[in-house]
Amino acid sequence: MNFSKSFRNTFLVILLSLIVSACATKKTTTTVEGQMQGDVYTGTDTVKYLADGVPDRVFFATNESILTTKSRDTLRKQANWLRENSSINVVVEGHADERGTREYNLALGERRANAAKDYLITYGISADRISVISYGKERPVDSGSNPLSWSKNRRSVTVKAN
Amino acid sequence: MVRIINFVFIIFFLSLVKAYSLIEIDITRGNLDPLPIAVSPLFQDDNSKKNSINELKIENIGSEISFVVENNLKTSGLFNPLSKEAFLQKPDIAHLKPRFEDWALIKAQALITGKVTLENKKLKVEFRLWDILAGREMMALAFTTVPTNWRRVGHIISDKVYERLTGEKGYFDTRIIYVSEEGAKTARVKKLAIMDQDGFNTKYLTLGNELVLTPRFNPTSQMVTYLSYFKNLPRVYLLDIETGTQEVVGDFPGMTFAPRFSPDGKKIIMSFAKDGNSDIYTMDLENRIVERITNHPSIDTSPSYSPDNQFITFNSDRSGFQQIYVMKSDGSNVKRISFGKGLYGTPVWSPRGDLIAFTKLHKGKFYIGVMRTDGSGERLLTENYYQEAPSWSPNGRVLIFYRETKSNDKGEGFSAKLWSIDLTGYNERQVQTETDASDPSWSSLLSN
Repeated sequence: MNFSKSFRNTFLVILLSLIVSACATKKTTTTVEGQMQGDVYTGTDTVKYLADGVPDRVFFATNESILTTKSRDTLRKQANWLRENSSINVVVEGHADERGTREYNLALGERRANAAKDYLITYGISADRISVISYGKERPVDSGSNPLSWSKNRRSVTVKAN
Repeated sequence: MVRIINFVFIIFFLSLVKAYSLIEIDITRGNLDPLPIAVSPLFQDDNSKKNSINELKIENIGSEISFVVENNLKTSGLFNPLSKEAFLQKPDIAHLKPRFEDWALIKAQALITGKVTLENKKLKVEFRLWDILAGREMMALAFTTVPTNWRRVGHIISDKVYERLTGEKGYFDTRIIYVSEEGAKTARVKKLAIMDQDGFNTKYLTLGNELVLTPRFNPTSQMVTYLSYFKNLPRVYLLDIETGTQEVVGDFPGMTFAPRFSPDGKKIIMSFAKDGNSDIYTMDLENRIVERITNHPSIDTSPSYSPDNQFITFNSDRSGFQQIYVMKSDGSNVKRISFGKGLYGTPVWSPRGDLIAFTKLHKGKFYIGVMRTDGSGERLLTENYYQEAPSWSPNGRVLIFYRETKSNDKGEGFSAKLWSIDLTGYNERQVQTETDASDPSWSSLLSN
């Protein structure tokens, strides 16, 4: 009797701890989700600023070069800043995460950098002030091998050229 | 840069017995029963021994050459070199006339014997291949070369033995060009490196000041094409590994990448990215004429010619995702050939012409596989966390590629290594490199 009771208790403890750990796992995912929308990074960990309130980078979904609403907002801020600082030229660097073949990623980085460049041009910035370079998967900012790290690496970064 | 020692070798056909032999190796299937072979140390007389110590700082060059051969044959997965400790006959006597019963006793089916002479700064190597079961000589050859080429002699012997026993050309007297990698993942230093196929004689061709990627051999000469970020302008370069001279390929107003030579060595085919769109171009190396091959708003990259120069396979996302296509070499008749689940990249045409090797990404796993040139008969050879960029051995029997390991959340535990696998899916093994390595490309046979 006693034995089976303690056995049952142990079982309950195990069950409870399983539930708790399941919750813990779930909680971690939510934290990650707090920094990602879909698989686009929305956090600020790696972001630098070209000027006060002007983030230097935008993030992309896997295999995509489509600009999100937030990315367009960031790029409009960059365009405003570039208009106010007409002597500054920029390089837009395009990057991909490590989960693709090297050559395709070079092309994808190029495509992402140009998506950002085109948007800046639409907002009145002259094309000859913006050059692009793709690094493919060669220059990650986050060296982890997990979805959050990859989302930080799928980016285009606007860098002062002079 | 790398100087290829002018290599002169003369083959004396001491005798070439084309008689039917009992031993034969079928390399079209996975070989789970490798051929037991005895590689006797090559005999060296006392005078040669003295010279070899003086000139090469190696005491027993004959023994060293036999190790090169043994290692090559073992690595191929088709042979099982027997332990030298079990050998009953001395190298010099075995080379003259082996006692076949003695070799049969240790279960050898084939035997390699030989003799090296080092005199007047010349290395002369003779070797013989014996069929133990039939009790006769199968092949006998001799080479003369400069002493420092002794490892290559080992590779040439391996190629001859491989060819005699499998009926196909070997791939041992070849080199691998690759990208050597060092440092943290976020600030990786990459250099072009070249080594013998067995991992020896590594030489670095760039200093690591700029990012370099995807070197590929010209199948007909000692030229290499690769991508360099020199002055932060990613462009395709051409490098002569004998003279060390290099030049930019073409005059493109943007990134050129994914270069490869045509099989006749006369053209470079590559991608050029303009306004975010990558298309495929060729440049003729003689008249410098640039031709546009594809014109599509999608990404077109990783082009590779068929061995007859008539077709091109490439990677495109024109269907919405990365897939493999084949077209005529003028860009007409574009056909998608990959239809399996997942994404497909890095198609490379086999030097035999019948297959295309590729990288496949499906459900978070990476595969190296092959399919026929019409896309049928897809076969996945190996599955891993990350691997890509297969390159064919010149005989089209082995693929070399690179594999990366997963890093933890701190970014630790990352590595990149070269691996090889037989077309059969058997004999998967790591290829030793001094540093981390990626983007391997296999040269043609240096001799023959």
